[in-house]
Amino acid sequence: MKSLTTLLTGALVAAGLALPAAAQDPVKVGFVFVGPVGDGGWTYEHNQGRLAVEQRFGDQVETIYQESVPEGADAERVLTQMALSGADLIFTTSFGYMDPTINVAAKFPDVKFEHATGYKTSDNVSTYSARFYEGRAIQGHIAGKMTKSNIIGYIGSFPIPEVIRGINSAFIHAQKANPDVEFKVVWANTWFDPAKEADAATALIEQGADVILQHTDSTAPLAAAEKADGVIGFGQASDMAEYKPSPRVSSIIDNWSPYYIDRVQAVIDGTWESQQVWHGIDKGMVQIGEITDAVPADVAAEARDMIDAIANGTYAPFTGPLNKQDGSAWLADGETADDGTLAGMNFYVEGLTGAIPN
Amino acid sequence: MAGISIELLLASLMVAATPILFAALGEMVVEKSGVLNLGVEGMMITGAICGFAVAVETGSPTLGFIGAALGGAGLSLIFAFLTQVLLSNQVATGLALTLFGLGFSALIGQGYVGIKPPATPDINFGAVSDIPFIGPVLLSHDVLVYLAIAMTAGVWAFLKFTRAGLILRAVGESHDAAHALGYKVVLIRSAAIVFGGALAGLGGAYVSLVRVPQWTEGMTAGAGWIALALVVFGAWRPWRVLLGAYLFGGITVLQLNLQAAGVRVPVELLSISPYLVTILVLVIMSSDRRRVAMNAPAALGRVFHASS
Repeated sequence: MKSLTTLLTGALVAAGLALPAAAQDPVKVGFVFVGPVGDGGWTYEHNQGRLAVEQRFGDQVETIYQESVPEGADAERVLTQMALSGADLIFTTSFGYMDPTINVAAKFPDVKFEHATGYKTSDNVSTYSARFYEGRAIQGHIAGKMTKSNIIGYIGSFPIPEVIRGINSAFIHAQKANPDVEFKVVWANTWFDPAKEADAATALIEQGADVILQHTDSTAPLAAAEKADGVIGFGQASDMAEYKPSPRVSSIIDNWSPYYIDRVQAVIDGTWESQQVWHGIDKGMVQIGEITDAVPADVAAEARDMIDAIANGTYAPFTGPLNKQDGSAWLADGETADDGTLAGMNFYVEGLTGAIPN
Repeated sequence: MAGISIELLLASLMVAATPILFAALGEMVVEKSGVLNLGVEGMMITGAICGFAVAVETGSPTLGFIGAALGGAGLSLIFAFLTQVLLSNQVATGLALTLFGLGFSALIGQGYVGIKPPATPDINFGAVSDIPFIGPVLLSHDVLVYLAIAMTAGVWAFLKFTRAGLILRAVGESHDAAHALGYKVVLIRSAAIVFGGALAGLGGAYVSLVRVPQWTEGMTAGAGWIALALVVFGAWRPWRVLLGAYLFGGITVLQLNLQAAGVRVPVELLSISPYLVTILVLVIMSSDRRRVAMNAPAALGRVFHASS
């Protein structure tokens, strides 16, 4: 793969030399990151997408980025600054940038914005997200099969639909694999704080959890799982391969590069239009990292079958019969959830304990 | 409350409090000498990576912690040079130090992502650690936890009972008077700054070598700012700083444990409660003008030049 990209880059450079370079300003692409690019998880993968854009387009683009931008009012300042500095296309890569993105986009109608994991669009704001919950289904299955204490710990970041979808999806499949399973959810109230994430994992392990699922961005929960004996976990957003073969037994990998390249190309061609994109395992935006030997062969085979079924569309993770936590009916037998409900999911499914904080 | 073990909770509280206790103690000494160094976060993160790198390269956590202290102290030397020799603004320089530390540590840390550091062993107290409750809570930790407590006692005794401590406080209260008496204000302050940097570095390394243990960019995630708040909370008194650190660390650990146990708690409220308490303490303190004057070093943040 690497040699192929090198070849392609080489070809591009050659083409750039052969043709008289058009006296055109490079397209300036901005990225706003919620954590540091070296977090080993969420932001790391977005930055890989940025590097892929640079590699693909060479001199045609100029990328700029800002790390560790707090969600909220500060983000608006950063976005304004980026737009003023001449960015043509800006990717805002966290849910909490939604309103700042919409606000700044209204002030700069000529700048294109792409907001990750949100649901608000406008003429110059697209949204894009990945169906991470498909990967959560796989994790739930493995977790349900492998837990001995029947207690699975889940570190949530913020109670937003994306995270709640993940908890529901993991729980449904864990329960299918093991009806006695119980989920303990801890809200860390942060996307990135290794010390706090490690503390959360430790608290869960002390209370009996032997599988830790995380929806925060650093590798700290895996480090905490490693310190305790016999606890497994999963890579989140990135492969986190350094914790293979255990505690990390598999992972969800976000692969943003094709999408980023696609959208930058659209801006270069002048064909960019506002859209809402939600891709999953089928389009490769969600990838499942290697299932290691720590997982029993039969469980790994079942997990792989599930990946295939989701990829070819024969199985949807949210398939009825499913009830909501309060016992009211949600999906009838065989019915699958529509994207609207999934996008705004704010309820637990039946069997989960605890309440979603407001 | 079922499922929460008080013993484990208290034990992890002590661990959670240790990094901020180190950093806050160091900063307290710095502020006692009349210097406000807002670069604690930067020195902590530099200590975190220096300690991590040295521990990984040498395989010795002890050398790692020494390296961390040197790293933090080294960075603070820049601050000392800028503010004490070149008389730059302390607030601006401190903020710049934090930014520099974050970037600098990310640069050194490039090659250390995903590496596991050598484990820091817990002290073996032998049969004593089998005492119910006291054993698991107090006697199950690594040496740094105890060093932090010993440091608190040391700083307290130094400031209260020694001549050097008295001079340090004098410099912090009135640098002009101290100068007139022949004390070397710049030298004393620089020494305090370096001490503060070393302790901040130790605190940072505790995060990267024991508490997490791994290297991730920006991993101290604001602990330095909490340490700064702690100094004010503790009213520049070592034992109160210790109390504050355990309170801050305790609330963090407690809220995570309560959640894991399925107790319905307002997460946001618990997360902000340490800051609310700090604000409350500030309000109470400032309601009595004399008490403020007694607590805060009078020359805090003021630039000193021998000619003035």
